Amino acid sequence: MSKHAKSLAVASAVAAALTAATTMPAAAQSKEKCYGISLAGKNDCAAGPGTTCAGSSVVDYQGNAWTLVDAGTCLDIELPEMADGTARKGSLEPLERDLPA
Amino acid sequence: MTQSQTEFAEALLAPEAPVPGGLQDAAGRPAGRRFAVYRNNVAASLTEALHEGFPAVASLLGKENMDGLAGIYLRQHPPASPLMMHFGGEFPDFLAGMRQLSHLGYLPDVARLELALRRSYHAADAAPLPAERLAGLSPDALMAARLQLAPAVELLRSDWPLFDIWCYATQEGAPKPQASAQDVLITRPDFDPVAQPLPPGSAQWIAALRVGHSIGEAFETTLEIAPDFDLSAPLALLLEGGGLTDLMT
Repeated sequence: MSKHAKSLAVASAVAAALTAATTMPAAAQSKEKCYGISLAGKNDCAAGPGTTCAGSSVVDYQGNAWTLVDAGTCLDIELPEMADGTARKGSLEPLERDLPA
Repeated sequence: MTQSQTEFAEALLAPEAPVPGGLQDAAGRPAGRRFAVYRNNVAASLTEALHEGFPAVASLLGKENMDGLAGIYLRQHPPASPLMMHFGGEFPDFLAGMRQLSHLGYLPDVARLELALRRSYHAADAAPLPAERLAGLSPDALMAARLQLAPAVELLRSDWPLFDIWCYATQEGAPKPQASAQDVLITRPDFDPVAQPLPPGSAQWIAALRVGHSIGEAFETTLEIAPDFDLSAPLALLLEGGGLTDLMT
């Protein structure tokens, strides 16, 4: 194969790959990490041994523990109010509230 | 470590060793049986960690064989770090060294695949390369461009039908493996790693990209070993899996 033929082969292969990749269903964005909504001991994150963070939250709605939820739903999840009456909300970032003492 | 700590730690992994001296319960009574319970829990929990970390190996071997091997492994290679995610790193080589397992030559590669999935899970996040960056390049610029792989990308090269064996061991109803060598690519498109089989030549091409060769250079060296190589398949897998993070022209 000549140099020219090679670069054409690469260019057409790249174009084919781009087409294949963009016609894939966008499943990658279907979940998001939602902080502050997990019940004690029910937070996510598990892959093999020692990812002992799964189920490691010790208080309900712990602010730095997360659960995977459907994308776009995290901020709308209904949670009970805190003891002092302020509303609790899920968050895409870790929260300062409900941290274990 | 003081001598009593050393004795304690050594006895923990040696089931026949005597209970270390001087252990007492809260009321000052000898606590030998408590030590025995603790010693058993250490071995049992490390065995369980190996089962969890190597589900395909465990399924291929069966529970009893896996338990037996785990008992030997955990004493030869006790955890070197308190982070259990690192436990089991020597398991593939350990399996390769067991003469009783030499009839299962693919087992070490299956363990390597399971370790690679774990590494990929724990790898750093990285923003994927927007596909438009590739689309806008001329053929010559494409040949000269270098691609940066995401930290979560793992590549396994195997003389065995590795992907098929792994599926057969972990998924119910998966077909029996065919007798052909299979390389495997792991990407992490979302939060969990995804393993996929690679067509011939693809692993060579990705490995060349990883060490800094341009798309064109990697293509040429791959053609030498796989004359029919088509880079669209591995490139599409990398793009779909968020496996590319940068393009240097």
